[in-house]
Amino acid sequence: MRYEYLTGNIAIAEASITSGLRFYAGYPITPTSDIFEYLARELPKYGGHVIQFEDEIASINAVIGASWACSKAMTATSGPGFSLMLEALSLAVITETPLVVAYVMRTGPSTGVPTRSGQYDVLQSTYGFHGGLVIPVLAPSTPQEAYDLTIKAFNVSEKLRTPVVLLSDAVIAHTYGKVAMREKGEVEVVERSKPSVPPSEYRPYDPVDGLVPPMACFGDGYGVLVESLTHDERGYYSPRTDSQRKLMWRLYRKIAESAGQIFEYSSLYLDSCDVALVSYGSTALSAQVATKVLRERGVRACSVKFKTLFPVYEEGLAKLLEGVEKVFVVENNTGLYYRELRGVLKDREVVSVPLIDLDVPPPQEVVEVVSKWL
Amino acid sequence: MAVTHPLDRYLRVDRIPTMWCPGCGLGIALGAMLRAIDRRIEEGVLKRENVGFVGGIGCTARMTLYPQFDSAHVIHGRAIPFALAVKIVKPEMKMIVVGGDGDIAAIGGNHLLHALKRNADLLVIMVNNMIYGMTGGQLAPTTPRGLYTTTTPYGNPEKELNVIKLAAALGANYVARSSITHPQLLERTIYKALAKRGLAFVEVLSTCPEIFGRHIGFRNPVDLYMELRKRIVVKTNPSIEESDYDWSRGFVIGEFVDKDEPGFLDTYREYVLKAVGGAER
Repeated sequence: MRYEYLTGNIAIAEASITSGLRFYAGYPITPTSDIFEYLARELPKYGGHVIQFEDEIASINAVIGASWACSKAMTATSGPGFSLMLEALSLAVITETPLVVAYVMRTGPSTGVPTRSGQYDVLQSTYGFHGGLVIPVLAPSTPQEAYDLTIKAFNVSEKLRTPVVLLSDAVIAHTYGKVAMREKGEVEVVERSKPSVPPSEYRPYDPVDGLVPPMACFGDGYGVLVESLTHDERGYYSPRTDSQRKLMWRLYRKIAESAGQIFEYSSLYLDSCDVALVSYGSTALSAQVATKVLRERGVRACSVKFKTLFPVYEEGLAKLLEGVEKVFVVENNTGLYYRELRGVLKDREVVSVPLIDLDVPPPQEVVEVVSKWL
Repeated sequence: MAVTHPLDRYLRVDRIPTMWCPGCGLGIALGAMLRAIDRRIEEGVLKRENVGFVGGIGCTARMTLYPQFDSAHVIHGRAIPFALAVKIVKPEMKMIVVGGDGDIAAIGGNHLLHALKRNADLLVIMVNNMIYGMTGGQLAPTTPRGLYTTTTPYGNPEKELNVIKLAAALGANYVARSSITHPQLLERTIYKALAKRGLAFVEVLSTCPEIFGRHIGFRNPVDLYMELRKRIVVKTNPSIEESDYDWSRGFVIGEFVDKDEPGFLDTYREYVLKAVGGAER
């Protein structure tokens, strides 16, 4: 292990190399381009490929292709680019293609304020593509978390054969912080499971005894079928309700049933807490400071920072916040993740604290709003 | 033992019959492709496990469902970036992109443009039936001017896209037009294209009797086949200027470009060598 002073973006780039990234395809976009530029310089030294494609659509489709050629693959983008990638993400979901998208949010909608921050895309990051399934979304709030969660993103994507979104924002992207970096062997790096049967017996979408099918690649001699149509275990198009049900529920279950394993959070004062300030991403930094101010004023406040946003670990969340009377959801948007939580925490008061700010919403503003609703 | 077709060894025979309409030109195109691939495999130029098929959406793209190769049936227009990424990661693969005129030249136009500009090491086969067949007869960029489509019911007001000219202008190593009405020529063209480095682009004129034929009054597959055939003008080494694409004057088929300039992978390999180091992590 060694320590470096890195921005969130460079932490993502470094961690992706540690995770075994071998193919990066991208298109320039603020505030992510330095991930691309850093990898363009560094990744070829490790035998990896970095290619600038003609747009984000080509980039994500190339990432899917590279993954099917057995390379760990990633792209990075922001709102406008992610919007263009959505159709292909749906393809990655139905074809169960492991890949990572580093999504560095900026102010929107549309071109918005490209260099400044926001959390407007928290729901789009998982609900944006068509087909009604959820992909894991991990949300760092510091360069260290950006580093650690990037490794986790690759591991989850390989283990579950799914696209994973690493949801950062413009503040974390260019904030420097001390990062403990792992060397090879110091951190778990998951590789996708390969078929153990000969090509004649291989069925590319047969999960065998679990929910995730072993994956053969182009050039392995298995005659793989990457199929965007609803398919059976062989990968053959099957326009039948029973096939659709079987495929949908397996794709749903493999993510939903991993919610507990994926879920990660950190907290302050949770063991003596009546009022929880729940937050994520760069806004969590403000919520943590606000929590301390509130405690100084005698409020039994705590802060809970979610490092993973989807799949929502419903039982875990309810248990985590069991003794808490009131939950404030602090976020830099119109109150989007609050909509997720109010359904999960039905038995107590959940209050939205939507604070729109081009940077991190100031702690004082969080304190003011929370105090009004205490 | 049941009688088998000589090309059955390249097919997922349990998926036959295909989903294509009776009289569709795609079967002829696939047959020519498989014969050309078979010859290259027999010669030792290609390895069977290194042949990859990628298609987007449309009747032509469904060609990826039938051969027993590594195949990807992806999303509309995006086969090229998928295939190029596989090629970059595994240069030993021979990546073949198959798509219709809509898939390749309309929604996929930007990717085609950049693949041509890169001289990307791909064989792109665009089967052109001049219409959107799978979706029921809408306008394609290749639909001849004046013809009826369901979205231009008063006759296509737009000029046709001559993709051969586009491909030649942007620097592909091999640019040819062929036709399912001339299967031997088609096979020879694909056979040659399979051995090219850089980008090989082959346009294959084809018949869609069910949709295009019905629109223009030739619902019978043989009638439409004969109508297309009589419009085909075979030329040896025609120039780009001679690449006529015109329903009334005819369609010139032949090899328009055949050169051997460095492909994307050649220049990319040189580029990668400039990156110092090579440490494992």
